[in-house]
Amino acid sequence: MNNIFVYCEVEEGVVADVSLELLTKGRSLANELKCQLEAVIVGAELKDIEKQVLPYGADVVHIIEDPRLAPYTTSPHASVLIKLFQEEKPQIALMGATPIGRDLGPRVSSALHSGLTADCTSLEIGDHEDKKAGKIYKNLLYQIRPAFGGNIIAWIINPDCRPQMATVREGVMKKAILNPNYPGKVNRLEVSKYVSDTDFAVQVIERHLEKRKINIKGASIVVSGGYGVGSKENFKLLYDLAAVLGAEVGASRAAVDAGYAEHERQIGQTGITVRPKLYIACGISGQVQHRAGMEESAQIISINTDPEAPINSLADYVITGDLSEIIPKMIKYYKQNTK
Amino acid sequence: MKGLRIIVLAKQVPDTRNVGKDAMKADGTVNRAVLPAIFNPEDLNALELALRVKDEIPGTTITILTMGPGRAAEIIREGLYRGADGGILLTDRAFAGSDTLATSYALSQAIKEMGEFDLIIAGRQAIDGDTAQVGPQVAEKLGLFQVTYVEAVLKIEKTKITVRRRLDNGVETVKAPLPLLLTVNSTAPDCRSRNAKLLMKYKHARTVTERQAATEDYLYLYDSRPFLNIHEMTVNEIKSEADQLGLLGSPTKVKRIENVILQAKDAKKLTAADKGINDLMKELIDSHVIG
Repeated sequence: MNNIFVYCEVEEGVVADVSLELLTKGRSLANELKCQLEAVIVGAELKDIEKQVLPYGADVVHIIEDPRLAPYTTSPHASVLIKLFQEEKPQIALMGATPIGRDLGPRVSSALHSGLTADCTSLEIGDHEDKKAGKIYKNLLYQIRPAFGGNIIAWIINPDCRPQMATVREGVMKKAILNPNYPGKVNRLEVSKYVSDTDFAVQVIERHLEKRKINIKGASIVVSGGYGVGSKENFKLLYDLAAVLGAEVGASRAAVDAGYAEHERQIGQTGITVRPKLYIACGISGQVQHRAGMEESAQIISINTDPEAPINSLADYVITGDLSEIIPKMIKYYKQNTK
Repeated sequence: MKGLRIIVLAKQVPDTRNVGKDAMKADGTVNRAVLPAIFNPEDLNALELALRVKDEIPGTTITILTMGPGRAAEIIREGLYRGADGGILLTDRAFAGSDTLATSYALSQAIKEMGEFDLIIAGRQAIDGDTAQVGPQVAEKLGLFQVTYVEAVLKIEKTKITVRRRLDNGVETVKAPLPLLLTVNSTAPDCRSRNAKLLMKYKHARTVTERQAATEDYLYLYDSRPFLNIHEMTVNEIKSEADQLGLLGSPTKVKRIENVILQAKDAKKLTAADKGINDLMKELIDSHVIG
């Protein structure tokens, strides 16, 4: 009872990276709280699925399997979690801030009247004193996220309601195998106890899934552009530099909103988190939400006309000037020096 | 086919995409007064989706429901100019400090007072919070099925609707029973602009509070043209438990807020001058960061 639960997403028999990252984080939180870590897997054709999650330190893996449980639809998955959480009373429940987690999490929190914080960039354990009520809460989950246009960082807590729920984007936490032979238990749940036939009223009649064509997360160099790039045409310069360096092109939210780059390229709290060897930020002012997605890059170059751009404080190299002048020179001197 | 009764959930939001230097006050709180208030962008996509259903099925009615302070009546007018048939402003001090859960409770209790409906359509998320929680939370509270991230309605039958969803990694076609709650993505079509005739028709649409504050003498209009009345719904008009509302009804609390303060690294400073850039590229190649 009162353990940490992680809802694990499965697509075509493979547990999503974000779920494994959350299990890793969940394991360290469980150690700190001296409780157990439990995984929940809901889907179809889940043979041996526990083998993918046990190494990350799950003490219990709840598995509920039925051909109708994949592809994902909201109601049956929500029914499983709501009932399971009512029985098990977890203190913390984590899920990916993915299309599925963001569809499912609020549904579950609404049914259980528990607080849910979206897109956390950090999770910590700590105490809280409610001075008005004269109450001290021990070992709460601090759900930390940038808020309000990235001008502030907020520490959110759920003092009274359980589970304390949070979603986290893929790549924000690191995944690490604890023990390839971690001795967790498997608990198979009976479908009819958790899901009713009426839950399946919404039907997926067609699916076209595309493998992600853009692989920014795996790139060792990222050339990224912000609103300051100024136009879609200017963004081509970034592609030129990326092609020469073998890099991927990323973008800030402002650049995506302005239509300079595709949504799939968005880096930051509500986009992708990257940790490349080199991050070249072009015309990016560096709001906190963007920094949340790139500040762990090994080296950062900032190219900006504004010498006071906030991103410069993260940078190892600050180039002040016009990127339409600077990027062609970078290409030119890269080519000269590698010949 | 009979027209559908559609409720569009919308929110007036500060335009966080255009946050300037004055956005924060000296004490670290947000200076809402200087931020322009706009119709949440994805709620406009939701409205357009509703308007397309109305185009296709005559007799369809669209009511905008928004919760917020008095000035949020602006977005109801904006919706009327684009083709909505009416609007309700849910406003009361009792709702102040609501998190997403308390917000969805208040909205769903208001919806229960609005009579029968076939569809609730909301934007996926609001730009001031990006949580995407209120839509699904309302659906749960009303016991409705939900389909999120919708970008198009493909087919409407008597008791069913078929929609296309846009996900990170592809698209899905989904069939679901009515009544239903949809949330709409920014990949859905942009909202049509204001219609000149509707602008003339609704430009004096006001809430009770706005009418009381009005200095112009249009008051005679409201008796003869009931469509100019924007319904202001207060906590007294919904059935609610006080401990589910506002700050008290919000399980999440803000423990602490920190301003973002940047500690500058010792960066090498360059300009567009050739020598500096040449040296930089050499350095990066020599240290095997690139090349």
